[in-house]
Amino acid sequence: MTTTDVDEKAAFVAKLRAFEGLEVGVEEGADPVNQPMIRHWVEAIGDANPVYVDPDAAAQSVHGQVIAPAVMLQAWVMRGIRNRPAEGGSPRDELLRLLDDAGFSSVVATNCEQEYDRMLHVGDHLRTRTVIDSISDEKQTGLGVGHFVTTRVEYETLDGEPVARMLFRILKFKPGTGRQAPSDDGAKARPRRPRPSITPDNAFWFEGALQHRLLIQACDHCDTLRHPPEPRCACGSYDWHVRDASGRGTVYSYVVNHYPQIPAFDYPLPIGLIELEEGTRLVADLVGVDPSAVTIGMPVVVEWQDLDEELSLPAFKPAK
Amino acid sequence: MSESNQLRDAAAIVGIGATEFSKESGRSEMRLAVEACEAAIADAGIEPAQVDGMVTFTADTNPEIEIARNLGIGELSFFSRVHHGGGAACGTIQQAVLAVNAGVADYVVCYRAFNERSGHRFGSGVQGRPAVATAEASHFSWYAPFGLLTPAQWVAMFAQRYCHEFSAGSEDFGRIAVADRKHAAKNPKAWFYEQPITLEEHQASRWIVEPLHLLDCCQESDGAQALVVTTPERARDLPQPSVMVRAAAQGAGEDQHMMTSYYRETITGLPEMGLIARQLWNTTGLGPADIQAAIIYDHFTPLALPQLEEFGFCGRGEAKDFIADGTIELGGRLPINTNGGQLGEAYIHGMNGIAEGVRLVRGTSYNQPEGVEHVLVTAGTMVPTSALILGAA
Repeated sequence: MTTTDVDEKAAFVAKLRAFEGLEVGVEEGADPVNQPMIRHWVEAIGDANPVYVDPDAAAQSVHGQVIAPAVMLQAWVMRGIRNRPAEGGSPRDELLRLLDDAGFSSVVATNCEQEYDRMLHVGDHLRTRTVIDSISDEKQTGLGVGHFVTTRVEYETLDGEPVARMLFRILKFKPGTGRQAPSDDGAKARPRRPRPSITPDNAFWFEGALQHRLLIQACDHCDTLRHPPEPRCACGSYDWHVRDASGRGTVYSYVVNHYPQIPAFDYPLPIGLIELEEGTRLVADLVGVDPSAVTIGMPVVVEWQDLDEELSLPAFKPAK
Repeated sequence: MSESNQLRDAAAIVGIGATEFSKESGRSEMRLAVEACEAAIADAGIEPAQVDGMVTFTADTNPEIEIARNLGIGELSFFSRVHHGGGAACGTIQQAVLAVNAGVADYVVCYRAFNERSGHRFGSGVQGRPAVATAEASHFSWYAPFGLLTPAQWVAMFAQRYCHEFSAGSEDFGRIAVADRKHAAKNPKAWFYEQPITLEEHQASRWIVEPLHLLDCCQESDGAQALVVTTPERARDLPQPSVMVRAAAQGAGEDQHMMTSYYRETITGLPEMGLIARQLWNTTGLGPADIQAAIIYDHFTPLALPQLEEFGFCGRGEAKDFIADGTIELGGRLPINTNGGQLGEAYIHGMNGIAEGVRLVRGTSYNQPEGVEHVLVTAGTMVPTSALILGAA
């Protein structure tokens, strides 16, 4: 960041700060507190408390009469959707326009704190007095680079009786400047499975798996099969070739993993010790079968799993 | 292969010492090791400077030279470490027996210390282990990418086949847990002191990996255990009654893999433990009938059963019947894991079991059976392993 940048930022913040303490003005509710709006609100929220809608029940309550839900407070003065004027308007309109023009064009409400002096009743008619409380320095947030703008709102009846107050904070931020949110793909991509450690003795097997070949090491001299692969046959020969297994076998033993749960896998996770029809055994996941339906001796057949660009592994499913 | 050796009654365990067993020691593994070694040396009634040999596990993080410096042991003429996880436990004692008989050391301290609950948890298995291109790391290539990652999971593969071949079931495993916890309930040093369990509670505990319930699994513990070994002659001059190492043996079986010997003709036995059993019986001239109590390695309950079979306490596949009627509980024919075992007392990689073997011979167990002459102590299963027979002088 250059000195000029710093100076420009400081000047901009100073401009914003000039709005601190300014009165936005007085706004009057379009309607007094009324039963229809209360009814719509509690139905939408799903609050069945009769104190909001039933005068008889309300009369029996500590309130003695129907009350409005306290958190409806904003509804009694808030105006409908309207565009900010292109010029002029309240100090808040000017402040937000200043932020928009500087690129902080997106908005999100971040905090709302309300204090109530008393419950509101049908017939109370409210107005607000709003003051711009504070504007923050530039902040890097998850959503983007922006400024927090906090307003204080005093609620009173048209007779001047204070009934509530609210602190309301928004973040005005530059779209596209947030800390990199995971893309949809990223959110769905699961952690990769533990890597096999590849040595000159086992590399052929994992390379074969990438081509969906289930390989078994065979001795050049005596043709004995061996798995896991090893550099030397019991007969003494270091020379070997590979044989493609048929992919058919039976479950020699199995487990069903429940814990610990590693994000790379789904649980419960059945894993088999498969005896191939060629005679060697290998450990592999069991797929296409309810874990509770796995039995020792069950015939199975290979099904390849392409897990990521560098790992494919055989799994086994029940043979038809 | 020699299935007997010249080391019958060739050394004695003269001191034992441990820290408390906990889930969070609040101090370094190194400090635990030092504390346990100091306690064992004090129990032996010798000065630290008399120690000239030290043995631990390759899995231990506390070098003998660090402990020697801390305790004022000074010079060491023998140091050795044994591989293969919990299979090393009794092997450390065998190393000490060899050393004092060869005259390369007079007093050897064997130890194991870790924060295995509050630090690195073994139960988490090999997830996240770097895929380096060594034979030892590549061994796990056949399991980890498929999700078979933890000791419990590796053991469960054997347990399922054992159940299949011998019509055994989860309740048979549960009886090991119930016996362990019954004994732990009487041992104030045990984590599960005064907390016995029932077979019903075992059955109701959640699955970790079928066919293993939570209560089939040993604890993860913080703590340390140390033992002092010397010659029988020196032992006679020390304050504690000598506990003779009647015999000590190691064994790796044919077609042995680390935790995953899945490729043998049958996988329901523990041939490496069978090899050890033959060595111990041949060396001592003793047999199963001569053993009054045993510490049977119990990281997971299922593999206690084939151990009893390999040592000939019962026939192959018959352990479930052998243990059915309280045989392995205090008062039974062969009380096992009288300290509570690794399910009930603590998981100190088998070393706390050796200390309990010593107490059984001394007559100081919290669950002391009558008339103990010989105690069998075994180490980790499914790995190259070891065992001892201990007895009175």
